[in-house]
Amino acid sequence: MKYQVVIGLEVHAQLLTNSKIFCGCSTRFGAEPNSQTCPVCLGMPGALPVLNGKVVEYAVKAGLATNCAITPRSIFARKNYFYPDLPKGYQISQYELPICVNGCLEIEVDGEIKKIGITRIHMEEDAGKLVHMETMDAGEKSYVDLNRACTPLLEIVSEPDLRSADEAVAYLKKLHQIVVYLGICDGNMEEGSFRCDANVSLMPVGSDTFGTRAELKNINSFRFIKQAIEYEIERQADILDEGRKVVQETRLFDPATGTTRSMRGKEEAHDYRYFPDPDLVPLVIGDDWVEEIRGTLPELPDVKRQRYVAEFGLPEYDAEVLSASREIAEYFEACAALYPQAKTISNWVMGEVLRALKEDGREIADCPATPRLLTDMLQLIEKGTISGKIAKTVFEEMYKTGKEPARIVEEKGLVQVTDTGAIEKIIDDVLAKEPGQVEEYRNGKEKLFGFFVGQVMKASRGKANPAMVNELLLKKLKG
Amino acid sequence: MELYELTIHELHRKLKNREVSSVEATRSMLERIGAVEDRVRSFITVTPEEALKNAEAADRRIAKGKIDVLTGIPVALKDIFLTAGIRTTCASRILENFIPPYDSTAVAKLKEKGIVLVGKLNQDEFAMGSSTESSWFGTTRNPWHPDYIPGGSSGGSASCIAARQATATLGTDTGGSIRQPASHCGCVGLKPTYGRVSRYGVIAYASSLDQVGPVTRDVADCAIMLGAVAGHDPKDSTSVNLPVPDYSAALVHDVKGLKIGLPREYFIEGLDPSVKKAMDEAIATYQGLGAEFMEISLPHTDYAVATYYLIATAEASSNLARYDGVRFGHRNTDARGLLDMYMLSRDEGFGAEVKRRIMLGTYALSSGYYDAYYLKAQKVRTLIMRDFIKAFETVDVILTPVAPTPAFKIGEKFNDPLQMYLSDIFTIPVNLAGTCGISVPAGFSREGLPIGVQLIGKPFGEETILRAAYAFEQNTEWHKRKADM
Amino acid sequence: MKITREQIDHVARLARLELTDAEKEMFTGQMDAILAYVDKLNELDTGGIIPTSHAVPVENVFREDVATESLGTDRALLNAPDRSESFFRVPKVIE
Repeated sequence: MKYQVVIGLEVHAQLLTNSKIFCGCSTRFGAEPNSQTCPVCLGMPGALPVLNGKVVEYAVKAGLATNCAITPRSIFARKNYFYPDLPKGYQISQYELPICVNGCLEIEVDGEIKKIGITRIHMEEDAGKLVHMETMDAGEKSYVDLNRACTPLLEIVSEPDLRSADEAVAYLKKLHQIVVYLGICDGNMEEGSFRCDANVSLMPVGSDTFGTRAELKNINSFRFIKQAIEYEIERQADILDEGRKVVQETRLFDPATGTTRSMRGKEEAHDYRYFPDPDLVPLVIGDDWVEEIRGTLPELPDVKRQRYVAEFGLPEYDAEVLSASREIAEYFEACAALYPQAKTISNWVMGEVLRALKEDGREIADCPATPRLLTDMLQLIEKGTISGKIAKTVFEEMYKTGKEPARIVEEKGLVQVTDTGAIEKIIDDVLAKEPGQVEEYRNGKEKLFGFFVGQVMKASRGKANPAMVNELLLKKLKG
Repeated sequence: MELYELTIHELHRKLKNREVSSVEATRSMLERIGAVEDRVRSFITVTPEEALKNAEAADRRIAKGKIDVLTGIPVALKDIFLTAGIRTTCASRILENFIPPYDSTAVAKLKEKGIVLVGKLNQDEFAMGSSTESSWFGTTRNPWHPDYIPGGSSGGSASCIAARQATATLGTDTGGSIRQPASHCGCVGLKPTYGRVSRYGVIAYASSLDQVGPVTRDVADCAIMLGAVAGHDPKDSTSVNLPVPDYSAALVHDVKGLKIGLPREYFIEGLDPSVKKAMDEAIATYQGLGAEFMEISLPHTDYAVATYYLIATAEASSNLARYDGVRFGHRNTDARGLLDMYMLSRDEGFGAEVKRRIMLGTYALSSGYYDAYYLKAQKVRTLIMRDFIKAFETVDVILTPVAPTPAFKIGEKFNDPLQMYLSDIFTIPVNLAGTCGISVPAGFSREGLPIGVQLIGKPFGEETILRAAYAFEQNTEWHKRKADM
Repeated sequence: MKITREQIDHVARLARLELTDAEKEMFTGQMDAILAYVDKLNELDTGGIIPTSHAVPVENVFREDVATESLGTDRALLNAPDRSESFFRVPKVIE
């Protein structure tokens, strides 16, 4: 392509607070419309905002985790515009002097590491929700629910440093992982707790002047962001190819068609008339406070990943998977504290544990096979009480019932057979049943060995010690 | 003397001694309202049922011996204070039928003390004006002369006191809206330091300037009312967490050695001779009491009105955006679409002065003009604040006129907004500086209209200006004259 | 700075005020006079002066993050000019 793609992302992360940013109403999702409202979030005459201190703490956490500088004195501003979901006719946000500035994140795309700048992070209140019901009032009306109005948001604005849809997705995933890790956002994209607008423009390769951008809205999954940006790149490239000009506008992404369309209702040029909100006082954050909050930060995924490689000798891939979420990492580390073979744990967590959880949609924190049960089972394997294969059966039972692995082994009679005589007897039986195959093997068809191992294991119902089966079988076949 | 004529402290004594009941005092007041309201039009809403209910409750409370100085006292409120379940209009058509679901903090505090609410008072629409002519509910008359304005925006709060339709009232003051009508109606009116009284539940005009304060018959009542509503409110981020002094205890009759500043910029051309005379006499009175005078300079006074009209209108343009016909207030029902609904509802709901200020404020904040107008005004505001800080390094209080002239005639300035704005020249700087000021009766014009003088104090220096006002009042007779109704 | 009729139209639209031609005419003249008056602020050199947005030096005022009782749907909708079930109802919003 002869165009360079330039993308900047604006992410809105809804914060996991109990109450709204400027009033005491609950932030619980899914309540009866307008039931979680009060004079403040309804924009009633005379009502005044008071800042939720938790929001400041969360904003600073996000800033520190994305390498931002924390603004020592920041202020709130009013962004003035009319919309039925915006009760006061202005949104309380930050404009000049946002709480965090000048951060960055590292992303990896196709094995290359790239640093993406974060211009700013600011606190603001969310708007309510507009509901359209075609079935009612002949579709002539809209319905306003203000439960979400005044819910705390962080807006995280990237520099226009992203150069492809893949980079945008990688950045977004990284940011998503961080806010979820910090415990400040539930990251639920479907419910809108983590939303993204993308500014996309094209310029001729080699140019350093950005082209006219379109702002894409309503993108609520990682898949859609890729689709929306790729569609937009194509659309703009076509326009430029035809010698026409891209119009600066807001475009709505339609997940049904994978395309974007111009938002007619917002075509009016905006003049938000920002000014400092006289109802809220300046926010002064000293070094002491910043350090106090820094002290509460969890180990972040990148650092954790590197530590897993260095400390546990895990492969990069394993370290990446295990550090992907805070809960998985906690589970893994709980296991590692009980059992020394980190790679063995890793195999089990990445394999059976995550598979089982995925199957019944459970969180790892609720995994019935707790780190202690899992590591007890690994000890049984190590001691030779059960084989790795049998262990899968034990795990399944353990996951289902939460029973001690030793008890499961005992109840189900799954103890590994290590008695030479017993194994020899099984081998003799198998070989006696298959004289033809034995003949062939002895005539040089050595790949039949696997067949015999399988038959012996089957006959022992999986309980024979595989190493001993190998050894004894080889001896017998050589005859 | 009739019960409706008494001050808070006089009526309190009678209630406490069980000479009268609150119900009797309230009936007296309601009868008085009925008798003179046609001629004054102080009220937007009179609340006789609420009043009698409150009075009965107050009498029960008094019977239990739990009397507070405000228990059982008939009070009226500017219609800018939200009162739960009682219509609150801010004198605007847009809120003509608005029933608040909550009480403003100031009202809640008064209710706790057991006041009797007799009604909601007229004002300029959204407190924008200096004459109470911009009210959707009609013009209030000056009880001293029906052809004259009572002042504004808290015109009803002052006329109500002058006409003896309530024992005490609350108003709000953004650029002089308590002090100027108090001066024009011969009452005491105090604008506290910004942050002294909670703004929660008070309909906002200009948030960085608005402040709640009392309008009363005398200084002692003023101290009582201020003490009742002052104090930190966790619901108002800008309310200041400082202890509330006993303002009544500050009323000692002693100004010996008090250093009073006279700002040379306030003795301007165009100062009405009767105002000049009132000032001269006030100075003489204070000198007689042993106060010391010195000339001071507040060099940026001449820029205050311009600064004020940019800041106040800018904030107002944003504060009034919530009146959009969606959740409450007037909505045009013929509108064809959403934009139409906004434009028509707001056009019909707001009066000319409110629209003018919204237009001016929107312009001052709009792209390309913000720095030249709004930001410039905020910087000049800093200079004006500094003037006061510097002046208060040498003086304890500042004595000035409240307004350049006594009350003007109804209609006289209504179509000349700039002239109307300029009449607030002496009160506006106090709001910009965020400090406190009180207006006390100090004379009369040839037409028999009252004239007040203003004492300006340091931030949170309400005790000092109350003391100075009290000493003045105790040595003059002005406050004893009553409008003949 | 003379204010133009186009600016008045633009500002009225930003402020969502449907003004009549007569009102626009009147406001144009009055705003001109007021803006000419406020131009006097330019006599002052305000270089290096910090703007004042708050009259009192208060900072860091916070609420505890505790959910308190809401008004409830009925009281929230009590003053609604138009409602349907638990919603405020408005003319259709076109996106």
